[in-house]
Amino acid sequence: MTLLIFEQFLNGLQIGLLLFLLAAGLTLVFGIMDMVNLAHGSLYMMGAYFAAVFVQWTDSFILGAILALPAGMLLGVATEYVALRNLYARDHLDQVLATFGLILFFNEFARLIFGAGGMAIELPELLAGQIEILPGLPYPTYRFAIIAMGLLCAGFLYLLVQKTRLGMLIRAGASNREMVGALGVDIKLLFTLVFGLGSALAALAGLMSGPISTVQIGMGDNVLILCFVVIVIGGLGSIRGAFVAAVLVGVLETMGRAFLPNILGSFLNPSEAGTLAQALSSMLVYILMSGVLVLRPAGLFPAPGR
Amino acid sequence: MPVPSKSLPRRLSALHIPTLFSTAMRAAPLALPLLALPLALAATPAAAQPAKKIKIGFVTTLSGPNAAYGQDMKNSVELALEHLGRKMGGIPVEVVFEDDEQKPEVGKQKTEKLLQRDKVDFIAGYIWSNVLLASYKPAVDAKTFLISANAGPSQLAGEQCSPYFFAASWQNDQPHMGVGELLNQKGAKRAYLVAPNYAAGQDGVNGVKTMFKGEVVGQDMTKWPDQLDFSAEISKIRAAKPDGVYVFFPGRWGVQFLTQYAQAGLKKDIPLYSAFTVDAVTLKLQKDVALDTYLAMTWGPDLPYAANQKFVDAFKKKHTDTPTFYGAQSYDAINLIASGVAATKGNLKDKDAMRKALEAAKFDSVRGPFKFGNNHFPISNIYQQEVYKTADGGYDLRTINTVLTAHQDLHAPKCKM
Repeated sequence: MTLLIFEQFLNGLQIGLLLFLLAAGLTLVFGIMDMVNLAHGSLYMMGAYFAAVFVQWTDSFILGAILALPAGMLLGVATEYVALRNLYARDHLDQVLATFGLILFFNEFARLIFGAGGMAIELPELLAGQIEILPGLPYPTYRFAIIAMGLLCAGFLYLLVQKTRLGMLIRAGASNREMVGALGVDIKLLFTLVFGLGSALAALAGLMSGPISTVQIGMGDNVLILCFVVIVIGGLGSIRGAFVAAVLVGVLETMGRAFLPNILGSFLNPSEAGTLAQALSSMLVYILMSGVLVLRPAGLFPAPGR
Repeated sequence: MPVPSKSLPRRLSALHIPTLFSTAMRAAPLALPLLALPLALAATPAAAQPAKKIKIGFVTTLSGPNAAYGQDMKNSVELALEHLGRKMGGIPVEVVFEDDEQKPEVGKQKTEKLLQRDKVDFIAGYIWSNVLLASYKPAVDAKTFLISANAGPSQLAGEQCSPYFFAASWQNDQPHMGVGELLNQKGAKRAYLVAPNYAAGQDGVNGVKTMFKGEVVGQDMTKWPDQLDFSAEISKIRAAKPDGVYVFFPGRWGVQFLTQYAQAGLKKDIPLYSAFTVDAVTLKLQKDVALDTYLAMTWGPDLPYAANQKFVDAFKKKHTDTPTFYGAQSYDAINLIASGVAATKGNLKDKDAMRKALEAAKFDSVRGPFKFGNNHFPISNIYQQEVYKTADGGYDLRTINTVLTAHQDLHAPKCKM
């Protein structure tokens, strides 16, 4: 039983870390540029599609993944330059409308280029097996690779934000955007860089989730909602907050999915138990969000000065 | 009764209303038959006149991750029309395709559009049970025959059966009952069941449980259609250590579950039994992972009937790939409608005659001898199938033996037809 709990915890951690990669980009954009970017999910989807195409062309998963990252970043920068640059000063509602339009655009764009059927990303032999993390617990290698990659990215982002000049500008921008501009920093360049970083993270999340779930049109839309919940819980503009919140949400949802049906199944029939358990485990996340907002309205780790 | 002229204003009383009224009443019995005659003359010729054109509405999923199945069905329908010379009983036929986007509300909208705007004579299609359950009522209320080419929810096989609804495919429980029997035959005593939590998934799990004689050690109903990550359920399967796992994941989900199941290393330890989870479309992505699994289905591309060989060979020639069972059922649905039109000589207005003709099902089905039960669902064999590697490195399905013979679904007694 303890092995099962640990395995489910690992499953939740993996889901949470994928969510973190997506949320980190979103929280940077929302926190620093004060822009609601619904098209973030579309960048996630395009990252997965790029990876699927590059993996097919190069016949290598690693190479395809490495190529997909700059492609996603370039796409993000291009989108920012063409469509989003003019929205920074606008109302949040205008931004929602515009980026929602971008979602529709990207969905149709993907349908035209890649077709309606979706694509699959094949894993190389090395990643398709299992590794024995603990004696008696074989765990899919690829999911373990996701956990490792997620933790690596978290570490990299921590170093970037805490120890580099760019990171200092990001933290300053999250606290007070106008002051950073007034101090002579090229705010436009900073914004573009931040957006590019966010897009690269979204593309990474997309290409990593590709082999597990399908690469299909609209794959980013469902994940995006959970993403917003994560950044609200974690605090806008805070990568640390996004990390903690994403892992919390992932583990909570997975544990709920794993153990609630059995707990409820002891006094309900399996179909009803299944439906109720799903509803409850989804609700748990929103109950957590409500609780955090009541106790700490700015999130768990808000940027100072907010 | 004469109205006293005192209660009426002066001018009106001059009209002699009472007199007019009583005259009219006396004339009525003579006039009515005269009025009825032209109506009768108009009615009789129309009842015997065959329709000038047969219009069929076909609702399926043409977008999203499962668009390939809608395309397969569309190709099969076109092939059926080709083989019929685009005529049913000598009358030209037209098929209008609509996309339900796998959403019940859209399916219902498109069904209503076909009925009200296109004024179709028949409606067919429907991959998903929840879309069908949302869409069948407008058709049935409009007294238009609805032939399901796939979905067979238990609700429409029992109390809610309708004289206007026919299923050319199966009742949802049936292939899963075949899997339950397979589990028995292979000596499995403890089984774990995983299916999506919607109408067809619930039917499936119920179907397995009615036949399986062993113990169900665990059951998981996953969130549908959103859930694509089955890691939590697979971990639970590993912990429960059953003799066999039964799954029902149609379409793309079948690819995801089997891939994740193999990634978790369980495929060699716990045999996988399934229905609808491995088909010609998913095989292209599942590949080796689908080998050594146990499958049950009502149709296979290698069934030795002339109509089947004709269909499969023509499909392969035109589209290179083997058709799926979705396509085979669509082909049958069109031929079923054609048999009805031919039997009633194109007289679409006589609904009773059409219903009897459809119930007789005198057409060459790709499944061989075809018979409907009282609830308009087929009585058919369930076969065991397996995946094998073809000579050119591809994958295909072959039928091994018959698990259940001339099987009728369990909901038929509840239908009052």
